[in-house]
Amino acid sequence: MHIMEGMLPGLWPLFWYMVSLPVVVYGVIRIKKITEEHPESKPLLAVSGAFVFVLSSLKMPSFTGSCSHPTGNGLAAVLFGPAVASVLAAIVLLFQALLLAHGGISTLGANIFSMGIVGPLCAWLIYKGIQQMGWSPSLGIFLAAAAGDLLTYVTTATQLALAFPLPTFTASFTNFMTIFAVTQIPLAIGEGLLTVVIFEYIMKLRPDILEKLNVIGPKIKESVKAVA
Amino acid sequence: MVEKRPIILLALVALLTIIPLVMYSGLGEDEGYFGGADGAADEAISATGYQPTTTPLWEPPSGEIESLLFALQAAIGAIIIGYIFGYYNGQAKERKRQEEKLKTKDAKETVSK
Repeated sequence: MHIMEGMLPGLWPLFWYMVSLPVVVYGVIRIKKITEEHPESKPLLAVSGAFVFVLSSLKMPSFTGSCSHPTGNGLAAVLFGPAVASVLAAIVLLFQALLLAHGGISTLGANIFSMGIVGPLCAWLIYKGIQQMGWSPSLGIFLAAAAGDLLTYVTTATQLALAFPLPTFTASFTNFMTIFAVTQIPLAIGEGLLTVVIFEYIMKLRPDILEKLNVIGPKIKESVKAVA
Repeated sequence: MVEKRPIILLALVALLTIIPLVMYSGLGEDEGYFGGADGAADEAISATGYQPTTTPLWEPPSGEIESLLFALQAAIGAIIIGYIFGYYNGQAKERKRQEEKLKTKDAKETVSK
């Protein structure tokens, strides 16, 4: 999902910065508010950030014969909301842009938009939807994390097709979708499974924090306690 | 007791990773396999005749240095997750111990009465 340094023409870098920056700023405000209201959630914030660090460093093979990496943005989005996830994604993307020449400073705004905004927003909406339906949180986190991952790559494909509509937007979009999104399907499933593992462990050890963050209801908290 | 569920889920992830390696067994970078999707997108853009407007401030000088920094990135994340989960696990055990202590104390008190 990394758009490499200098790979966006004209005013596109500026445009994506203008879209992403307010969300990141709002995310910083949200982090301040959440950690003030629930100081006991700070370790989970660190875990969410660390999860993005680990997952986005793993370049895994896919059945298309090329490699890509998961994003890890679903966990943070479900636990703390999409704006907080965008801050964590911004930190990781900055690390990779400066130290690994993966992504770039000019394309940072665009990359934050895909991995830090669209992906987490979809993940969060899906989780909240499933929570409303009263379905299991494990299913919710699986679908949320898988969608957060996949939608990140769909966004990158869209961004590149918008910047390079050659010969037409549709042709270009199909091309970038094949490169990114198709490769990403098995990885998104993998990310969903990994996120379920880590989420269920948190649910087992500290269901109280998850309840305070409104991630699980009191009813589920009781059933988890009975199991543990 | 070791829980089976996380192990099964992690094994599934491993399987997802192994399948492509088996599918394209014997093929490598030289044949155009297992390259990065980011790189493939770069090539697709370059094919349109576009020239990058800016270049990275710094690039890892070799594949070795790049993997060093990727390993560092994963290590930073892994140590944080391990530290906090270990702490939570110890906390949960201690909480259980305290609860049991309280239970036996209550039981003794009812007997003595």
